[in-house]
Amino acid sequence: MSNLIPAVNLTVDPAALVQHDRVHTSLYTDPALFDAELQKIFHSTWVWVAHESEVPDAGSYKTTFIGKQPVIVVRDRKKAINVLLNRCRHRGATVCEHKKGKTNSFVCPYHGWGYALDGSLRGIPHPESYGDCIDKAELPLVSLRTESYAGMVFATFKDDIEPLEDFLGAARKWMDLFMKQGAGYGIKVPGEHRFRFPGNWKIQLENTTDAYHFPLVHKSFLSSVDEQTLELFDFVKGPGYVEDLGNGHSVMVMIPELVDLEADLDKPIPERFEALAAELRDEGIDEPQVRRIVRAVGGSGFNLNLFPNVACSMAFFRVLQPISVTETEIHHSVITMDGGPAAANRYRLRLHEHFQGPMGFGTPDDSEAWERVQKGARAGEDLWIMLNRGLPGETPSADGLVSDVSAETGMRAAYQQWKKMMSA
Amino acid sequence: MNLQLLQEVTAFIWQEGDMLDHGEYDTWLGQWTEKGTYIIPIDPKQSDYENTLNYAYDDHHMRGLRVQRLIGGESISTSPQPRTVRTLSRFRVLSDDGVNVTVRCAQNVREFRKESLKHYSADLTYTLVRAAGSFKIHRKVISLINSNDTLAGIGYIL
Repeated sequence: MSNLIPAVNLTVDPAALVQHDRVHTSLYTDPALFDAELQKIFHSTWVWVAHESEVPDAGSYKTTFIGKQPVIVVRDRKKAINVLLNRCRHRGATVCEHKKGKTNSFVCPYHGWGYALDGSLRGIPHPESYGDCIDKAELPLVSLRTESYAGMVFATFKDDIEPLEDFLGAARKWMDLFMKQGAGYGIKVPGEHRFRFPGNWKIQLENTTDAYHFPLVHKSFLSSVDEQTLELFDFVKGPGYVEDLGNGHSVMVMIPELVDLEADLDKPIPERFEALAAELRDEGIDEPQVRRIVRAVGGSGFNLNLFPNVACSMAFFRVLQPISVTETEIHHSVITMDGGPAAANRYRLRLHEHFQGPMGFGTPDDSEAWERVQKGARAGEDLWIMLNRGLPGETPSADGLVSDVSAETGMRAAYQQWKKMMSA
Repeated sequence: MNLQLLQEVTAFIWQEGDMLDHGEYDTWLGQWTEKGTYIIPIDPKQSDYENTLNYAYDDHHMRGLRVQRLIGGESISTSPQPRTVRTLSRFRVLSDDGVNVTVRCAQNVREFRKESLKHYSADLTYTLVRAAGSFKIHRKVISLINSNDTLAGIGYIL
């Protein structure tokens, strides 16, 4: 699946629009650049499509998009995960319209062509009119190259790019750390908040490694939490850091003591978790496991940004989907402990509702700030978006470059990858 | 059909709607039982709200925080505050055991904020408890008809 029609004739050189410390405003506003991004980025690299827990059994599926192309993520009878273009090979209708579910096959509603869970074409109603001019083996649902790491499933249109693990590179150890919030039960994604904002997708991409905005934009959230949480979130002047991990990926460590959730299990249980710990003990869970759950329940102390469309963000997955140059859809997928105690999972659900989603205490304010960026960027079309924060303190690290917690190092990393891919 | 009860619950719910449209949040907070929950579900087929992801699942404490966020002036998504007008209709008493009354009705909210007029339709299901000649809200479930679609930020109380 690499013979996509080149649909883009750019009159500007994308490389000239990204400097080491700034990017040009047209990255947010130029429809031609957006079309080029779909082809050169979203159709040319590994794009996150699902967490394995979203398709637990044979026949479980979800539908989503890669760029603007509708796809189905489905587990087949051999338990393999397939990512299939959601388009009948006959006349192009979608074969599945549900967000998620379970099925034995996909049947096109228009003329009844039926496909197996691995995409193979099984049935054509009234085949006699085709005589011998059709070969079912040549017309499966188009299947994309699909690979997983740490339960996160990615797909790509390109057969010739590097394996997923190589693309993730130094980000893999952070993914492993992030999954520790399963507290030994494993990670489950049982739902999500979905919303759109009128702005370019890269505004959201930047935000995942933007500690600088937190005390200001999320003031009303900070006013709604207890003293201990408030201290924890007072990280802008703290010892955290942002690290460029290569290939556009980066990590922002806000709360260093919560990087490894399986360390320091013998420390006193923080006061805000006492009630939960008591509830878990009452359920007969032993003390070491109570400590493990309680330490994991609030999520990790970092945001890992994986270029171009997913982040492991403290306690949830943040997924972005480009809709147009000025519109983006965001999914905040909640994470629970798979088969873990209901009390702990309720804690996580309420935590997610508190900050995320259209009625959360955090998301609407982020969304408002991003909307303002898009609106403001209509002014001064020859101006630049400044990304030079934390440059003087930036130093080489084992995996790339590192600077202070509110440095724009992660954004610079993403835009260097953007430049590389858009110039290819 | 118990028309007197229907009239009583309708008057109570209209009054609540009027409080929300006119920002009388302290009075609104007093309309609830101590253990009352305010719920905006996502999945229309779900009934175990406590163990599921919702848009909101507010106990007394969270309702107080939500009100504070709306009026506190610290949130850029609620300043300027949205203006809302809600229309409540199609009231039906689903059950009445002498103490608790379950009522379902239709709500249409028009929201205006910063050049944008939005519309949210929902089924509301109330569990009301008789108290001092009136009612207290023990549970209010706001089932938006587009709950499983993408939404924009909602900076007020539905």
